[in-house]
Amino acid sequence: MSYLEYNLKTMPTGLRKMLYVNWALVLLLCAVAGVGFLMLTSVAGGSMDRWAEPQMKRFALGLAAMFFVGFVPIWFWRNTAALAYALSVGLLIAVEFFGTVGMGAQRWIDLGFMRLQPSELTKITLVMVLAAYYDWLDIRSVSRPQFVAVPLLLILIPTFLVLKQPDLGTALLLVAGGGIVMFLAGVHWLYFAVVITMGGGLVAAVFLTRGTGWQLLKDYQYRRIDTFLDPGSDPLGAGYHITQSKIALGSGGWTGRGFMQGTQSRLNFLPEKHTDFIFTTLAEEFGFVGGISLLSLYVLIVAFCVASALQNRDRFASLLTLGIAATFFLFFALNMAMVMGLAPVVGVPLPLVSYGGSAMLVLMVAFGLVQSAHIHRPRGR
Amino acid sequence: MKRPIRDTGELPRRLTRRALVLGGLQAGFAGVLALRMRHLQVTQADTFRLLAEENRINIRLIPPARGLIYDRAGRILAENEQNYRIVLVREDAGDPEKALARLTRLVPLDAGTVERALKEIQRHSPFIPVTVADRLHWEDVARVAVNAPILPGIAPEVGLSRLYPMGQDFAHVVGYVGPVSDYDLSRLEDPDPLLQIPRFQIGKTGVESKREHRLRGKAGTRRIEVNAVGRVIRELDRIDGQPGADLQLTVDAGLQNFMQARLGEESAAAVVMDLERGDLLGIASAPSFDPNKFVRGISVADYKALTETPYRPLSNKAVQGAYPPGSTFKMITALAALEDGLIDPEETVYCPGHMEVGGRRFHCWRRGGHGHVNLLQSLEQSCDVYYYELAQRVGIEKITAMARKFGLGERHDVPLSAVVSGLTPNKAWKRENRGAEWVVGDTLNASIGQGYVLASPLQLAVMSARIATGRALTPRLVKSVDGIEQPHDPGAPLDVDPANLAQIRAAMGAVVNNRRGTAFRARVVAEGLELAGKTGTSQVRNITAAERAAGVVNNEDLPWERRDHALFVAFAPLEAPRIAVSVVVEHGGGGSTVAAPIARDITLRALYGDLPPMSAYPERQRWQVEQDLRKLPLRRFDTAPSSGRSRA
Repeated sequence: MSYLEYNLKTMPTGLRKMLYVNWALVLLLCAVAGVGFLMLTSVAGGSMDRWAEPQMKRFALGLAAMFFVGFVPIWFWRNTAALAYALSVGLLIAVEFFGTVGMGAQRWIDLGFMRLQPSELTKITLVMVLAAYYDWLDIRSVSRPQFVAVPLLLILIPTFLVLKQPDLGTALLLVAGGGIVMFLAGVHWLYFAVVITMGGGLVAAVFLTRGTGWQLLKDYQYRRIDTFLDPGSDPLGAGYHITQSKIALGSGGWTGRGFMQGTQSRLNFLPEKHTDFIFTTLAEEFGFVGGISLLSLYVLIVAFCVASALQNRDRFASLLTLGIAATFFLFFALNMAMVMGLAPVVGVPLPLVSYGGSAMLVLMVAFGLVQSAHIHRPRGR
Repeated sequence: MKRPIRDTGELPRRLTRRALVLGGLQAGFAGVLALRMRHLQVTQADTFRLLAEENRINIRLIPPARGLIYDRAGRILAENEQNYRIVLVREDAGDPEKALARLTRLVPLDAGTVERALKEIQRHSPFIPVTVADRLHWEDVARVAVNAPILPGIAPEVGLSRLYPMGQDFAHVVGYVGPVSDYDLSRLEDPDPLLQIPRFQIGKTGVESKREHRLRGKAGTRRIEVNAVGRVIRELDRIDGQPGADLQLTVDAGLQNFMQARLGEESAAAVVMDLERGDLLGIASAPSFDPNKFVRGISVADYKALTETPYRPLSNKAVQGAYPPGSTFKMITALAALEDGLIDPEETVYCPGHMEVGGRRFHCWRRGGHGHVNLLQSLEQSCDVYYYELAQRVGIEKITAMARKFGLGERHDVPLSAVVSGLTPNKAWKRENRGAEWVVGDTLNASIGQGYVLASPLQLAVMSARIATGRALTPRLVKSVDGIEQPHDPGAPLDVDPANLAQIRAAMGAVVNNRRGTAFRARVVAEGLELAGKTGTSQVRNITAAERAAGVVNNEDLPWERRDHALFVAFAPLEAPRIAVSVVVEHGGGGSTVAAPIARDITLRALYGDLPPMSAYPERQRWQVEQDLRKLPLRRFDTAPSSGRSRA
């Protein structure tokens, strides 16, 4: 739809948009971020300044960004989606040459006030561009091979760049996020069946070629998989993280050990306790009740997004909202699965809770898009 | 601005359908996560909680204070002194080299110490305290403590280490402690985790070693919370250990000090035994050494000096030394004959100075012979031929059996290192060990304590004690443990006719108190404190016929290691014996000239409980004795502590 197609008279303008903001979603986001502040305080041994305070400032900034993005009409975002995508891919290429390598794999550009990871940005812009593409595309043509090839290319270009960094976790998220938007847009299910079968074949090939001259992965990558499948096999080496994290979770019990009483995380048995493994601290200190509460908050966020999308008659808006919700889901589900020993340790932060600026800001911008879609949804008739 | 109609029917429906499929999948996955969480946190909670406890709680041992050792009067023989040391924690100190340089300005540390400390610092984790300097003066430690603000990561610490205030007097009896060695670990089979503590000290010799299990105590534990790299976060609780038991020995520090001093630099040993309970009042072995050096880590040069001298200072000769008892054995031969009625005490044997047996000539020590001697005279003058005669009548088996009754050839149960059993040979023993038949000449040699017979000074003292009392006294070294009196063996009456024992005792009295006795010069003139004893001069070589012909029998002309051992066994007072004494001076020469005077001094010191008055000595010897005793480097005991003092 072009903006001409919106019934602009029914659109809220100026500060009146405040009334149409999806406040429930804002509340949920604040609640999750609040849990994050609490946990960051706990892992810092009760000190706010170390992690919690910077995180609060970032969240405030993110909230402002969300409202700003949300107040901009949705059609503006649709029209600039291609540009945003091109920009983020350009940045991905740029970091190949000018980026700084930190923490092993992640590449970022220092913007002065924050470190921008183009790969984080790409997760959103990819969803945007795919939503815009399917909005533009005639619904009857979505399953035609030539029209399937375009989004595939759109997905694979940044995926390839991210893989080169190398950041396997983000690459998988890009593929999954993009695939989900394609699925929602109505691409024929046979395509997905073929891709999934091929993926399965690839996994089989990976394992079957192991130890032969044609093995597809590096030895350390195989070992990581081994460790995931049986963390006990190397309890002090690679399996250490998973084992310790499971111990922390398990020792929490029903109600946990109480705020700041988690021995596992406070005594540094846990790796990355303020980033990827922060969920273990929560689960240890607040137990099953705390863990399930956070999970519920996340699920509610996704549910509100889905509800908003289903009410929206604008194809771009619904696709974008659903795509962002799915990406968000992938984030927290993968992180939780990882700390619970259901997925390999790939380095996915817990959204809005883990310490980290770039990811949080990008996520808040994404929820700004969701708000924009919600505020500017077609009304009447 | 109207929205053109597009295919609105199909589109929302398909999107909704797909969105619901996706939502369903997501909900399913969220459900899986919730179930997994429930499984980990509720079903397996106990297992994981246990694992978490193990993760964070570490048990550290608190070494117990080692038990103290007192003498019978309550004077301290072994104590724990506070040991000031300086430790450095690398992560707090920053650059350890600079930190040590700063420290050196306050406390003088030599280059070797600094280098060793640096090496050790690099070896350990940055948060582990490493001892930089040990055994510092209080002043040095105070200086470090005062300057603590400019010495980050450096802290003074107090530990306990063993101190032997009596120095070398009790080096052999009390022994010394040292750090656990790999050899100790393999030898002890002791599961006590204390032994795994680096530099933990255990008894190495003497009572310290033999009563290690009482002295060590039980380790206390400290449960501490640690993080993943083992750093201590805080102490959770502490269970205090049990300090080691205090031991009170039967020895008298004053007497022991006198004995050590009196033996001086001779290679000698002496034992004093109380006749009431068998308490060992003194067990001296000379030369001695300073056990404190071993505790502090003895230098290679010092250790070499101790091991390379032929005087063997490290050996406790009183229990480890096995010597031919020489003439001190004659009481046994005589008793064996008397018990079997093979000789009448008044019967005389003619001594021409030698005896021909089996084609061999056995000499008496006096070449001219003693003429006709009866039992009393034979002991008094130590006639060898008399005993050659008895030996042939009695035979070795009965002599050996008698020797066993008096504690010879028996390993006395005292908590000292390497207590020997000596040797009382018989026919079976020779057949087994020498592969040869016993010949009558062996019996003759054994009858005068030569040949195969071996005894330690402790055994000789026990023998003397049993002769004096007629009871089978056994030596006792530990008087009480933690204030609880240890049992003593009252000593069953010996299976020997008391009349015969009386004969022997009288003869031993004659040895010292009769003008013709071999130890007459070492007599005591104080009324009621007369000494009874027997001299012994045991050969450590065979005197060849050529030597005898040439007349080279003068001990002083021989190299030290081939000279005779001088021995003396005694009990006193003669009429109502209270103590038994034995003295052995290795390669000292004659028992009467060397060993007997020492035994007299020791006996008098023991009986008087202090330096004896000169009136106890024969008038003509007093001036010389006084000079000699005054020269002794005696320890002064200023305060007389109460006996049986318990831990402060």
